[in-house]
Amino acid sequence: MAPPAQSQRSPSPSQPSGKSEVSDLKLQLRQLAGSRAPGVDDSKRELFKKVISYMTVGIDVSSLFGEMVMCSATSDIVLKKMCYLYVGNYAKVNPDLALLTINFLQRDCNDEDPMIRGLALRSLCSLRVANFVEYLVGPLGSGLKDSNSYVRMVAVIGVLKLYHISASTCVDADFPSILKHLMLNDSDTQVVANCLSALQEIWSAEASTSEEASREREALISKPVIYYLLNRIREFSEWAQCLVLELVTKYVPSDSSEIFDIMNLLEDRLQHANGAVVLATIKVFLHLTLSMTDVHQQVYERIKAPLLTLVSSGSPEQSYAVLSHLHLLVMRAPYIFSSDYKHFYCQYNEPSYVKRLKLEMLTAVANESNTYEIVTELCEYAANVDIPIARESIRAVGKIALQQYDVNAIVDRLLQFLEMEKDYVTAEALVLVKDLLRKYPQWSHDCIAVVGNISSKNVQEPKAKAALIWMLGEYSQDMQDAPYILESLVENWDEEHSAEVRLHLLTAVMKCFFKRPPETQNALGTALAAGIADFHQDVHDRALFYYRILQYNVSVAERVVNPPKQAVSVFADTQSSEIKDRIFDEFNSLSVVYQKPSYMFTDKEHRGPFEFSDELGNLSIGGEAADNVVSAQRVEENDKDLLLTTSEKEETRGSSNNGSAYTAPYDGSSTSVFALQTHIESAISNPTAADHSPQASLAIDDLLGLGLPAAPAPPSPQLKLNTTAALDPSTFQHKWRQLPVALSQVCLNTQ
Amino acid sequence: MISQFFVLSQRGDNIVFRDYRGEVVKGSAEIFFRKVKFWKEDGQEEAPPVFNVDGVNYFHVKVVGLLFVATTRVNVSPSLVLELLQRVARVIKDYLGVLSEDSLRKNFVLVYELLDEVIDFGYVQTTSTEVLKSYVFNEPIVVDAARLQPLGPAAIFMQGTKRMPGTAVTKSVVANEPGGRKREEIFVDIIEKISVTFSSSGYILTSEIDGTIQMKSFLTGNPEIRLALNEDLSIGRGGSVYDYRSSSGAGVVILDDCNFHESVRLDSFDMDRTLALVPPDGEFPVMNYRMTQEFKPPFRISCLIEEAGHLKAEVILKVHAEFPSNITANTIVVQMPLPKYTARASFELEPGAIGQRTDFKEVNKKLEWGLKKIVGGSEHSLRAKLTFSQESHANITKEAGPVSMTFTIPMYNASRLQVKYLQIAKKSSSYNPYRWVRYVTQANSYVARI
Repeated sequence: MAPPAQSQRSPSPSQPSGKSEVSDLKLQLRQLAGSRAPGVDDSKRELFKKVISYMTVGIDVSSLFGEMVMCSATSDIVLKKMCYLYVGNYAKVNPDLALLTINFLQRDCNDEDPMIRGLALRSLCSLRVANFVEYLVGPLGSGLKDSNSYVRMVAVIGVLKLYHISASTCVDADFPSILKHLMLNDSDTQVVANCLSALQEIWSAEASTSEEASREREALISKPVIYYLLNRIREFSEWAQCLVLELVTKYVPSDSSEIFDIMNLLEDRLQHANGAVVLATIKVFLHLTLSMTDVHQQVYERIKAPLLTLVSSGSPEQSYAVLSHLHLLVMRAPYIFSSDYKHFYCQYNEPSYVKRLKLEMLTAVANESNTYEIVTELCEYAANVDIPIARESIRAVGKIALQQYDVNAIVDRLLQFLEMEKDYVTAEALVLVKDLLRKYPQWSHDCIAVVGNISSKNVQEPKAKAALIWMLGEYSQDMQDAPYILESLVENWDEEHSAEVRLHLLTAVMKCFFKRPPETQNALGTALAAGIADFHQDVHDRALFYYRILQYNVSVAERVVNPPKQAVSVFADTQSSEIKDRIFDEFNSLSVVYQKPSYMFTDKEHRGPFEFSDELGNLSIGGEAADNVVSAQRVEENDKDLLLTTSEKEETRGSSNNGSAYTAPYDGSSTSVFALQTHIESAISNPTAADHSPQASLAIDDLLGLGLPAAPAPPSPQLKLNTTAALDPSTFQHKWRQLPVALSQVCLNTQ
Repeated sequence: MISQFFVLSQRGDNIVFRDYRGEVVKGSAEIFFRKVKFWKEDGQEEAPPVFNVDGVNYFHVKVVGLLFVATTRVNVSPSLVLELLQRVARVIKDYLGVLSEDSLRKNFVLVYELLDEVIDFGYVQTTSTEVLKSYVFNEPIVVDAARLQPLGPAAIFMQGTKRMPGTAVTKSVVANEPGGRKREEIFVDIIEKISVTFSSSGYILTSEIDGTIQMKSFLTGNPEIRLALNEDLSIGRGGSVYDYRSSSGAGVVILDDCNFHESVRLDSFDMDRTLALVPPDGEFPVMNYRMTQEFKPPFRISCLIEEAGHLKAEVILKVHAEFPSNITANTIVVQMPLPKYTARASFELEPGAIGQRTDFKEVNKKLEWGLKKIVGGSEHSLRAKLTFSQESHANITKEAGPVSMTFTIPMYNASRLQVKYLQIAKKSSSYNPYRWVRYVTQANSYVARI
């Protein structure tokens, strides 16, 4: 049942295998087994202690089973307890020897001391040996009727243990209905609570096969049962209260007066010092009032103070659990918490996982009146010694800028970040400025002035470098040095390890070329040559595509690569609202802490079949399906990535728009893509283009300084492949996917 | 519902391991420890208290360097399990007097006995120290408390001040005193953790007091107790907007919110601010409260950084104690991150400084200044000369700070919340147990930006 965990692994040299010690113990136990000398119990205690301590550190002491059982004939309760613990641990692996214990356990079940009866019954049910179930039924039956509540408490859990060993034995003995009776009549609330736990488990498991069980399970949330439990709620221990409250959330009251009665009754639970009780109560309140908008909002107002108190009292771990729930509520209804923003300020000594939640909350609650203060505070964190948090603070500022108010001031701050000369600050800020420009192109003038001053040599992180390059390409007409910076970047092509950056560089050089052809001509030639020779297949493809489309028609190329852009109005959300609702339904559970619904982290056996199919259904519904899948994948990522996703996701989209080359066929919504596709198709179907009208080709080669000898000529097989391409889109895509593999191999060979 | 419970030492050894349901792999303790130890490669980030590995959810709390862990496969309430772990630690401490690796190892059989009764098949049965008394038969083996790291906020009474009997916090609820007779006594501690953030110009940006009235009773026969707080105490502010101007005249204590232990009856609380309760055995919080009302911060911090020539700078730190001179703060530590390119720091203490130490932590470039005590009304200062390894382009103040401070001030409470009287229902005229009401204020997050 427990520690011998490590016993299976081979004993490490540093840890004694304990073999000689165990045989030593065996000998000593034997000597004591029959002894009735005074003080023998004390020596036994010492020996037993040794056995248990070996067991805990993982030494296998199962060979002592016989001796331990022999020594257990004692009236000393401490000895008995140690013996029970031992037997419970090893019975499963020693079923034959365990049979020896049945006798004395059964006898103890009839002891006159209720303490002994309870202990023996608990141990008897903990043996977990399927052959023994027949020995359990009798003692359990009388245990449930015992006059002592301790024994009944143990017996109820014993029934559940029996159910897990042999469900049929348990059901055949009619134990569930006895438990039901006890639940509704026992004077001891812990007995009642245990009955409730046991019945919930048993009936949920049975419900899939038995209609009666599923009816019984439904009956647990019927009005009489709920009212009976609610009326006794103050008698229950704080832990049992949580159990009852969880059950109450499933109850559907018939009218609003019932709702108010229940809330009235539970109101004072919100003042409980135990966070679990408070959260369970809050869940009841939130669920009861879901359909009553006004009251629901009042509930938020009411629970705010108790939640904040819990967050600031107790251990960091406890406050984290509560804070996660507060986070969920803040994200749902930021406006209700907007005046409490100061509570979400980070303290310097808080662990990162707490700071991260707080940063998200600060971002969410920002509005007209508090944005200035929040952004000021976030800027303090940007200079923080804790670099990951500093980065996220900067992202938070950016997010506020993207969705909130007072953009003017925030842009100034972001630009100040760029001037801080800390490389990670610069990196984050660049990414943000890029996103910002995509939403507010009108700011380009101010931003460009600052961005232009940044030396690309100081920017090393791929994301930041890509952002900088994107801006250089996009705003090359306003940035004096843009072609030259790009050119120097192109010259260092081989030192650039990130494919993402190289892709952006290709596109940026193209854009720059359309705007300032004479200055960029050289750079474009070098870039295309380097790109076509690149071993990364995406880079290679994009370069080749640009090359060909330029050959075909420069103005078409411009329409494809640098179409007029519309400002992004809303950046995509990380999580679908459906997933958020699901998490909200699972309030006061791990789903809230992990920020994903339970089906994403609980394995099938611990999830009802109902929920699983439910989930599948959702995914296959209608046009949002793809969206859901994306969110589901997103959610899988860890917290840090979650923060990233908005910008990242956009980034990928951005790149697909910038150089629509190869992701285009998958994204049918963009007009430029349609244009692109038709062009490709016509290009390919057009024999002249495909055949390389030699003149056109030479002309463009000349223009770019791309003399055939200088650039490795595109190997001929690929062209043939292209000419033979069928125009049916799916076939086309299929080919398109196969093509690069062959090509890049050829390229590698030629190098 | 939990599946396993175990306690690991700092090195990852199992001290106690109990499997309640056999649903989780046996090697879970190792999996857990490896995950916690190597959470992020750079070792900079702590593992969160809850995480999932291969469908198993691991919960842990850290108490005196030990890891109290629970596992489960079910989607349970994280609050419930984390509260439970904390409570188990407290119950064990109630029994052992001192919670430490040593005391746990010496008493692990007793701990197993407790665990058997606290949780059955993964379901919590009881965490009441008192109820458990009737099920637990092992006598605790008391370890020498003096050598050990104290546990919990109340433990500060063991340090420094001799006014308080230090034994209380390390006394087991079941062990008998050497004389064989138990002393009738009750401890009420008002523990306040304060958080203050000063802006670079010295204004208070945020401030909060998180307080607990903690009780530890060694009274026999469960007498009822009445605890009277400030009569003019008021709870709940109109909305929870921070508004420092609204704090009304002197003397009135306004709490934002508070919560109470299960045993507390609030029948007359609204009338006369009196809590009535029959204290259970062991240590427990009677009431937790939170206050954002303006209060006078106990320390003012000022910090000045100046360039002092090529690759050199000077930092002058000043701490001024704003509390009365009959009160003394102890174990004060002032910390300040210095620019990353700081190579050396030399310190100059004020003349005649006693019990002060200074340190420059090379690894994280931190200045540390420790003071054994600070008497109310006094001011202390430190001068640090920094040498840089490279030219700084930016403003040095942007590269350094903020200054943070930790301290403990016994017999001082920032909120002015008071226990006016502690009344114990008398059993006989000669019954007069010892009553200890103690106050202490600690820094939670005390930060001055520069």
